[in-house]
Amino acid sequence: MEPFRHLTAVAVPIDLPNVDTDRVIPARFLRKDRSVPEYASFLFHDVRFTADGAERPEFILNQAPYRGARILVAAENFGCGSSREAAVWALAANGFRLVIAPSLGDIFHQNCFKNGLLPVILPADAVAGLRRGLHERPGATLTVDLETQTVTAPDGGRHGFEVDAFGKEMLLSGRDEIGLTLGFDAKIAEFEARHARGMAWAVPPRAGT
Amino acid sequence: MSGTMFEKIWARHVVAEGPGGHVLLYVDRHLLHEGTTAAFGRLARSGRRVRRPDLSFATADHYLLTSPGSATSDAETRGMVEALERHTADQGILYFGVGDPRRGIVHVIGPEQGLTVPGITLVCGDSHTATHGAFGALAFGIGSSEVEHVLATQTLWQKKPSTMRISVDGRLGPGVDAKDLILAVIATIGAGGGVRHAIEYAGSTIRAMSMDERMTVCNMSIEAGARAGMIAPDETTFAYVEGRPLAPRGDAWRAALEEWKALPSDPGAVFDREVRLTASEIAPTVTWGTSPQDALPITARVPDPMAVADPGRRESMARALAYMGLAPGTPLGDVAVNRVFIGSCTNSRLDDLRAAARVVKGLRAVVPAWIVPGSGLVKRAAEAEGLDRIFLDAGFEWREAGCSMCVGMNGETAAAGERVASTSNRNFEGRQGKGARTHLMSPAMAAAAAVTGKLTDVRTLGP
Repeated sequence: MEPFRHLTAVAVPIDLPNVDTDRVIPARFLRKDRSVPEYASFLFHDVRFTADGAERPEFILNQAPYRGARILVAAENFGCGSSREAAVWALAANGFRLVIAPSLGDIFHQNCFKNGLLPVILPADAVAGLRRGLHERPGATLTVDLETQTVTAPDGGRHGFEVDAFGKEMLLSGRDEIGLTLGFDAKIAEFEARHARGMAWAVPPRAGT
Repeated sequence: MSGTMFEKIWARHVVAEGPGGHVLLYVDRHLLHEGTTAAFGRLARSGRRVRRPDLSFATADHYLLTSPGSATSDAETRGMVEALERHTADQGILYFGVGDPRRGIVHVIGPEQGLTVPGITLVCGDSHTATHGAFGALAFGIGSSEVEHVLATQTLWQKKPSTMRISVDGRLGPGVDAKDLILAVIATIGAGGGVRHAIEYAGSTIRAMSMDERMTVCNMSIEAGARAGMIAPDETTFAYVEGRPLAPRGDAWRAALEEWKALPSDPGAVFDREVRLTASEIAPTVTWGTSPQDALPITARVPDPMAVADPGRRESMARALAYMGLAPGTPLGDVAVNRVFIGSCTNSRLDDLRAAARVVKGLRAVVPAWIVPGSGLVKRAAEAEGLDRIFLDAGFEWREAGCSMCVGMNGETAAAGERVASTSNRNFEGRQGKGARTHLMSPAMAAAAAVTGKLTDVRTLGP
């Protein structure tokens, strides 16, 4: 996984609350492998393109100042709904490394960490202020530093944010989480032995026995 | 010590402590479906094996067609199902595959097979995994990377969520059921109201419910933002589980029962948030917008965005109404539908089919209407009591088990602009097909819509 430390990039505001992951990537694309060249076009596909594949000019990602955006500033409960990790993959395929919102869908939030995207939760009024600033100055950049846990707005305003320590460590190091956990193998084995005694009923009888 | 049921289960499954309050949590059951096949591929490429194939179980549901005779629509989806078959065979994982009557929607067959029991942790690469919490299990949906992590380690790094108790007391009125209750809950706390919370549903209304009804309630926890929703196990739970093929037996059953009886939250248990609803105030409910929180009694009118003070909310309501093709002030009971879908992990169990059959008996569907049972065994059980005849006589399609029109990825979709009365769980834009318009409701309400061709208060159809 690509580590995340620091980023200064164009940020794009998405004002709609409760943007679900079906909207982020429609279900019919979930069968596609991430390696297909058109993967990036699946992001927000049905609100970003018309039926014949032309860009909808009213959709913000199609507007010139936001084309190189790598930071998404969203509204409440962005990424709610389906667990599809493809929502994060599609954002990553378009260069996004960061989502800032007042709240995120829980599974989407976790999926971000697993793919080198930093989820930043800030108070609703701070996020609304950021979005307003980005509308007023299309193409403005935000600076985000994970080490110091700060977002710097175009007007120089700084917002500190909380991030869970585990996710922060994984993002800073870019470590393979499964590799990390396999380092706990002895502890897992020990737990399994204890669990097998204390909750023997929790292992289903083998099928057909 | 007084603890919540959630805390009791959590504490039993902590393998190790990590940084930032994260713990390595042990997983007792891992359910898999063909949509999560990619995780097996990545696992194989990294040279890793499945740690506990005996705790992993798979089926095919998301991509299968539910029309008789053809399981997949194309080579791509056939490839996904075949890959799951291959990986599970290679790893020694029990797979309920095409042609097996036990195959069905993963959240229907887990409980049906006795895999879902109280007191365990259960995960699945699907957001509706909270369904299994109806048994007093800690069950939650995970992403594809987490699926791979569980396959390799049988654990997950988790941060403890906050707890919320939603208490519902009293009797539901005639024509009102578990679906109306959970839609009312979501409308009350909002689509993001449960974010970072594990919900426990409690109160006399919940206690009086069958397991099928409890599963409907827990299933939609994610539509309120909560990954987990759970209900304390009781005699109803034990009676459901006992004797299921993969449930504990003999001494294991007796030991389990003893532990399960101690699982419910203690009387003094403190929840981070408490919400209360009164059952008698819940009406048959339908959604009018594009979020499950956009729910109102069927007797209400389409709301007017101009009457809303908050500009953000006003704009998103206006957008939802434009997508749904609805004008403010229209009585919901006047909205004509083009199709009806009764199925999904929310509402495809025997109780659901019975409720729908009671409404349609002796009547005719006036729009295309599908019944998609949740599993091959649900289908058989329904046929054994003649429900299929009731539906077929009424002009419904009686189909094979699967996710079908809930999920928009298997080719079974509604056309752009079509309005669907649906018992599924999401009315998002495009969920049932690009441009398709979804109204969520209970099986009885969907059945009523099928026989009248419009959203209908099931209470007006008479017995």
